[in-house]
Amino acid sequence: MAERIPVKKTYKLYIGGKFPRSESGQTLSFEDRKGNPVAAYCKASRKDFRDAVVAAAAGLKAWKAATPYLRGQILYRAAEMLEGRSGQFVEELQLQGLGRSAARREVQAAVDCLVYYAGWTDKVTQLFSAVNPVASSHFCFTVPEPTGVIAAVMGEGVGLAGSVEAACRLLAGGNAVILAGCPACPLSVSSLGEVWHTSDLPGGALNILTGIAGDLAATAGSHRAVDGVLGFALTPEVEKSIQEAASDSLKRLRFEDGRKGRGSPYAIADFLEMKTTWHPVGV
Amino acid sequence: MEENPFISEKYAPAPESTPVALKEAYGHFINGEFTEVDESKLRESRNPASGKLLAMVSEAGGDEIDLAVQAARRVYEKSWSRLAPSERGKYLFRLARLIQERSRELAVLESMDGGKPIRESRDVDIPLVAAHFFYYAGWADKLEYAFPNRKVRPHGVAGQIIPWNFPLLMAAWKLAPALACGNTVVLKPAEFTPLTALKLAELVEEAGFPPGVVNIVTGGGTAGRALVGHDNVDKIAFTGSTEVGKQIQKALAGTGRPYTLELGGKAAHIIFEDAALDQAVEGIVNGIFFNQGHVCCAGSRLLVQEGVAGELTRKLEHRMKTLIVGDPLDKNTDIGAINNEPQLNKIRAFLEEAREQGLEIADGGQELPEEGFWCRPTIIKNAPQSCRIVREEVFGPVLAIQTFRTPAEAVEKANNTRYGLSGGVWTDKGSKIFKVTSSVQAGVLWANTFNKFDPTAPFGGFKESGMGREGGLHGLHPYVRLD
Repeated sequence: MAERIPVKKTYKLYIGGKFPRSESGQTLSFEDRKGNPVAAYCKASRKDFRDAVVAAAAGLKAWKAATPYLRGQILYRAAEMLEGRSGQFVEELQLQGLGRSAARREVQAAVDCLVYYAGWTDKVTQLFSAVNPVASSHFCFTVPEPTGVIAAVMGEGVGLAGSVEAACRLLAGGNAVILAGCPACPLSVSSLGEVWHTSDLPGGALNILTGIAGDLAATAGSHRAVDGVLGFALTPEVEKSIQEAASDSLKRLRFEDGRKGRGSPYAIADFLEMKTTWHPVGV
Repeated sequence: MEENPFISEKYAPAPESTPVALKEAYGHFINGEFTEVDESKLRESRNPASGKLLAMVSEAGGDEIDLAVQAARRVYEKSWSRLAPSERGKYLFRLARLIQERSRELAVLESMDGGKPIRESRDVDIPLVAAHFFYYAGWADKLEYAFPNRKVRPHGVAGQIIPWNFPLLMAAWKLAPALACGNTVVLKPAEFTPLTALKLAELVEEAGFPPGVVNIVTGGGTAGRALVGHDNVDKIAFTGSTEVGKQIQKALAGTGRPYTLELGGKAAHIIFEDAALDQAVEGIVNGIFFNQGHVCCAGSRLLVQEGVAGELTRKLEHRMKTLIVGDPLDKNTDIGAINNEPQLNKIRAFLEEAREQGLEIADGGQELPEEGFWCRPTIIKNAPQSCRIVREEVFGPVLAIQTFRTPAEAVEKANNTRYGLSGGVWTDKGSKIFKVTSSVQAGVLWANTFNKFDPTAPFGGFKESGMGREGGLHGLHPYVRLD
């Protein structure tokens, strides 16, 4: 009987709800510990990043306009999608060097993270809003709004669950996201686009760039249409270069080692803006 | 029927045809399964729009309540209170999803069992049911953020009693926060509308909840009293009449058991001269005729500023005539059947008394079906403050209209009631909205809208409309102990 030749997957970027290759035409090779090539993935360029920013700005409009309830539904749908594809994700993580049970734990943590943040979308507002008892005849209230387009730059060692954590806490607050980097598991991060794409997330609300080079982190810091950067496990040098570049447009910045695991509403609030409205009271 | 100038021809019927699978007879849902049906303890559940028998349901006494409470206690001690909160939440997410999947079937059954228009059960009740479970599912593993600096613990076994006006929605309002906070539950649906709760029991089973976490016991006042009086129940939640609410408070005196009560209302719906009148008319119609007026927060007292009283009443009378009363399963229907016969008799007694008092009464003039329980949309013009129809809750499609001159007078009249559940204000002036809403003593105020509900928004009453809030962050509080 003739042997069946399996069909291999091409790992691509995810920009504006589409799966393009890098405009640079370049790929990187992911190699196992022995140096054998496992698969190729896209090497995102500065131009890809700029395209992603444009897509994110469009995605932000739709995502911000979605009710918090709908955002929660979509995050929960993503959890369902990832759970359903957990076999694929476990295999891909194994390709990238994880043991089977570690890979399974990683995927389960990512699913639980999606469920956790699905529950936050309609609750962060309640935790951080206030009616302010001002000493005049005014009804004065403060509510949070998303900061805008946020680049989530994932450094060495950040796994699947870590990159899902970064994306979720930004999305839960209503921000649009450019998830970039993640050299430890670029194949899994690339495949995440498939999960989001089948979850009714508006195109552009989340964009995924793999193979991002170190200088692209600085690009994220300097792009004026990017409103904030969330960095996980970046080197002090990269963090500093982002901070310096970000000062040009006063971006909101947050850096973590990426090993803390589950975030909190305060982590969501890092990328929320508080808006206070005054209204007169009287007949 | 008098010719209606606002409808040139009759609407063609547009019946909803989704099939509903019902058993002939239902036992109680105790410890994860339906009990065997005891033929001697059955009660009929009929469609109030046709009188047709839908199913037989079991009538619980003290023994059945006791079994259910024991089951709830066992699983609480054994597993539910030890389950990781995030996993507890997952059960609720599952249940929410199952409700979404089966939403049309649930909506049809809700309309069959309770008489409400399919438009409402399909577009309001059931979507809110699913949303409620979603919302509280998310809270399960986030309680430490709702109550900072406190150790949050569940009460244990919650006993919950719900009314017949929003059967499944009230079940969701009760179950979702209780379970999210880690309690187990014995829920008693109303005697007139037990079927969607029993359907929900099937979904609870399908969602894989550990047996005993949710117990649903059907019956009337005897079952309710047994649940309230049970020593092994740690918390009581009741939605229903103010009269029964008072009995419950009395029955629980000295037990130290916490309780929440969501009771009757007589909401003032205030229309100022500067309001957008056509929109206000829609708001008034929604306020009093939604769900046949079987709504505790219904806008049943209309307060109109004198300058626009004539015009507004005319517009309202015209609009009232265009409302379609009839088959709840027809998608065109605005006003369905009165939920049950005792309630219809109660509404008729109110109207009879108003007639004897010589009050000016107008209704929509609709032709009513021969079978079933029906009441036309009705308004009472120039209703004096002293009459019963202004002071007491009718719980039907009957609106009492009064007038006022100044905002202060409107507020005074609005607050001249023992109730304090809800209220409404219509004005073009934002500052007036906040002035009036902050002066009306009620738990929920709607401005330039009415009868809006959301799982994130707390609901509940001031004064004799009850205590405690359901929904939102505040809706968690009744179901936790804070150490």
